[in-house]
Amino acid sequence: MSDFNRRKFLEGTAGMATLGTGALWTPSAGAQTLAYKPEKGARLRVLRWSRFVQGDIDAYMVNVKKFTEKTGIEVRVDNEGWEDVRPKAAVAANTGAGPDVILSTNDDANLYPDKLLDVTDLCEYLGKKYGGWYPACEAYLRPDGKKWIGVALGAAGSLVVYRESHVKAAGFDSVPKDTDGFLKLYKALAAKGTPGGMALGNATGDSGWCHWLLWAFGGAMVDKDNKVTLDSPATLKALEYAKELYASFVPGTLSWLDPNNNKAFLDGQISITNNGISVYYAAKNSPDPKLKEIAADINHAAFPIGPVGVPTEYHLFFNQMIFKYTKYPQAAKEFLRFMMEQEQFDPWLQGGGGYVAQPLRAYEKSAVWTVDPKHTPYRDSVKNLRPAGYAGRLGYASAGALADFIVPNMVAEAGSGSKTPKEAMERAQKRAERYYKV
Amino acid sequence: MKPLLHRLQNSRNALGLAFMLPAAVLLLLFLTYPLGLGTWLGFTDAKIGRGGSWIGIENFDFLVGDSVSQLALFNTVFYTVVASIAKFVLGLWLAVLLNKNLPFKSFFRAVVLLPWIVPTALSAIAFWWIYDAQFSVVSWVLMKLGWIDRYVDFLGNPWNARFSTIVANVWRGVPFVAISLLAGLQTISPSYYEASAIDGATPWQQFRHVTLPLLSPIIAVVMTFSVLFTFTDFQLIYVLTRGGPLNSTHLMATLAFQRAIPGGALGEGAALATLMVPFLLAAIMFSYFGLQRRAWQQGGDK
Repeated sequence: MSDFNRRKFLEGTAGMATLGTGALWTPSAGAQTLAYKPEKGARLRVLRWSRFVQGDIDAYMVNVKKFTEKTGIEVRVDNEGWEDVRPKAAVAANTGAGPDVILSTNDDANLYPDKLLDVTDLCEYLGKKYGGWYPACEAYLRPDGKKWIGVALGAAGSLVVYRESHVKAAGFDSVPKDTDGFLKLYKALAAKGTPGGMALGNATGDSGWCHWLLWAFGGAMVDKDNKVTLDSPATLKALEYAKELYASFVPGTLSWLDPNNNKAFLDGQISITNNGISVYYAAKNSPDPKLKEIAADINHAAFPIGPVGVPTEYHLFFNQMIFKYTKYPQAAKEFLRFMMEQEQFDPWLQGGGGYVAQPLRAYEKSAVWTVDPKHTPYRDSVKNLRPAGYAGRLGYASAGALADFIVPNMVAEAGSGSKTPKEAMERAQKRAERYYKV
Repeated sequence: MKPLLHRLQNSRNALGLAFMLPAAVLLLLFLTYPLGLGTWLGFTDAKIGRGGSWIGIENFDFLVGDSVSQLALFNTVFYTVVASIAKFVLGLWLAVLLNKNLPFKSFFRAVVLLPWIVPTALSAIAFWWIYDAQFSVVSWVLMKLGWIDRYVDFLGNPWNARFSTIVANVWRGVPFVAISLLAGLQTISPSYYEASAIDGATPWQQFRHVTLPLLSPIIAVVMTFSVLFTFTDFQLIYVLTRGGPLNSTHLMATLAFQRAIPGGALGEGAALATLMVPFLLAAIMFSYFGLQRRAWQQGGDK
């Protein structure tokens, strides 16, 4: 990704913002075309995560069908829950047999980079054509800064989801953009009897806000050389903040797993939480008039920016990996190219109803972000995203530390007061050091 | 050719070997091999998606000093001991009750089995709602009765969570103990009770001096199984808490899974699972020697 392209893109599209939704926008001027020659008799097997919103799967399958019609290549798509894709993909990498293409999550590609097909040419082409990749995509999929080991698909944004009327009643026009104001909002909501809450149990997705919190105050699990740096004044500040925030939470958040906040929110028991757009999507598309009413009152906001001064969001990142063992590497590349082109990717983004945010800057113009103003905050999810192993190298250590809930446990211990912030921090430092083997 | 086949067909040894072979293959392939592989993995640094090399006892060394593993060991022992005792007491009580001449006897005996035959994952989801921080029916009822003024934090407080998971486990495990002990009770000849009644024994004395000694071989077997099931429990915890809050309900089995599969550290997870074996062996030895004592009591050789 070069600045030159991005600037050119912005110039090229500046005049098009006035276009009505649904109109196709043209990609970067002077974009070249690229096509791979699929092998004769090629067939592809794709394993992908599923399924948070039905519209995503429907739109994806429409694109797959289009691909088969155009190229004659038969594509079989298998769906698995996203947490089950990881072991399957790892076994495929290890045994050298399995699906040709796997859509995986987070740092999966960094666990077996040498088993993955080099897709540098494809990524450079897409980057040039669609305004460049966001930095997070490179952090995940271009670990050495040169070779791309996978094609970024996007991320499921996890943002602040709130009830507009309750926030107004608490004396706020919108969710504050700084951490101090954010805390004040939580306190005001609790005082009004309409508290908020975020998951502090071993929730694989929704406990991700703990990473945002740590980073917002300048803390990080490791530095650039993978040296553990949790034991720091910045972490301590984040944990002191967590303690105050937790005091305003609805009771029971320590036990919350991924579905709890959705249930409590849709039942009107909490007024603010963190989640993907799926809560809104579910409420909006529900036949239940009560839920439709809640949907009208739901709004979204980006996570506030802490003392560190830049967005520090954590979202579920999606990769597309081609394995070296595939018999049809050209067909697989052509498939990914096809799926990432505007004619397919844009309708797919729209089908997801904002659930997935794009990895390429040009898709910021996608109609999905303007068709409903409540979608807009999710647009920048990949732009503002940090990988869970920030700021170090991704691999087994970062994956292990993430799966062991080291950061969420630390925030939960300090927040709930079961340990002092200092104790919680020191314990987390020790646990992290075991993964990063000092 | 024919004489050889004929000879084989008439040889006890050859036939015995042939008939035993399918069972031996099954055992070796599906029990010995995975167990051996699991143990071996525990001594390697295997990651998911990458073979490992031998690193000796490094994994075990790491786990012994790991505060989360230590907590998981404590949780597992606590969970097993409390749940097993509760299951034994409740199960024996239920068995004695069901052994009485009740109306609709077979109906009750069948109904008691229900918690046992419902798939664990399903009953765990039911308990998950019962214990929910916002939707708990138990809390709701207590609130309506005015006994409490805020919802009980069943799974959000470490000790509450430990006891809540134990209650769910006991609910599920009692039928197995009760029905097995009921089967044992029915093998006790009524003549003992008649004889002791003629001697003027009270019901408690009958229970203490007739029922309990005659039932103890069954108790030993049933409790061994019960302890094994409880010690290796996984589904219930995984659905209810995933080991939270603050890892206070992580059992060795759930932690082994968390480390091995989502965490990718296959070797470490395998080592953690291997660490369960000594405890399981101890439980088996306990019942084995318990059984031997019974044989002697009943006039056996030993």
